[in-house]
Amino acid sequence: MSETLSRGAQLEGFLANVPIVKTLGMHCDIKGDDMTTVLPFQDKLIGNFTIKALHGGAIGTFLEMTAMAQLFLVSDVERPPRTINITVDYLRQGHAEDLYGRARVIKLGRRMASVTAEAWQSARDKPVAALHGHFLLKRTGTTDT
Amino acid sequence: MDESVSSLDKRIDLMRQHMDGMTQVVPWARETGFKVTRVERGQVWGVQPFAEHLVGDVEAQVIHGGVITTLLDNLSGMACAASLEEFRFVATLDLRIDYMRPADSGRDIIGEAECYHVTKSVAFTRAWAYHESRDKVIATAQGAFAINKPRPKASLGVPE
Repeated sequence: MSETLSRGAQLEGFLANVPIVKTLGMHCDIKGDDMTTVLPFQDKLIGNFTIKALHGGAIGTFLEMTAMAQLFLVSDVERPPRTINITVDYLRQGHAEDLYGRARVIKLGRRMASVTAEAWQSARDKPVAALHGHFLLKRTGTTDT
Repeated sequence: MDESVSSLDKRIDLMRQHMDGMTQVVPWARETGFKVTRVERGQVWGVQPFAEHLVGDVEAQVIHGGVITTLLDNLSGMACAASLEEFRFVATLDLRIDYMRPADSGRDIIGEAECYHVTKSVAFTRAWAYHESRDKVIATAQGAFAINKPRPKASLGVPE
């Protein structure tokens, strides 16, 4: 059944049902295997009121979801990949503006994948944060957890 | 003297008196609903209650890893505040999180962070997330925090 849906449509269907995605208010713009995620600014995403900066945890959650989504998009797994580990570099202050994200799958193995992701605001070449992570791919027929 | 230049012990006392306020003033922490529960010199504990709007794995009904990132990032930053002799703002440089096992659905997650080394400009932290004890850990984190220069120096009366 899911065979008839494009990978992008499957991803959107999956994300629409994830509560944390709704809580963040993030969405994604998918064109084939290419995707940009968007985190529209909301007051609740703030971590520091005095300097009106986005919370590092919100940025990290957004980047982790971005990496996971891109991996789902370019692989053939039926279930969302599970995070093994992530490292988030906080490069600049996240301002009270929309945040964008893109991820690239560095290596797609049978059981594991390595992914990087970046988040930026007004300028693509001035990233706010960067993520590098490893994910476990859940394939049908494997009992790996 | 100015509260901002009070001794570390005074600041820790202040943190203990305002454990609820420490997360109330952080909108994203209010959204995830975590609370600070204990403050010691260089160490801070907190709890992340289970909540449906934070679920990341719909099938297993488990809180998303990013919520643990928020918890451990925040507690680690607070652990820095609870270990610096002079008050300084800190900013996360990087944070690495390893997920050891999925959290149980419907259960609170306890977070624990310590600042184990401080240099002139960087503070290093470790943190753990678990249900019962560090023997059965859900995730561990390792972070580095930039220690911001006091601003403005003169108003704090801090001799450099």
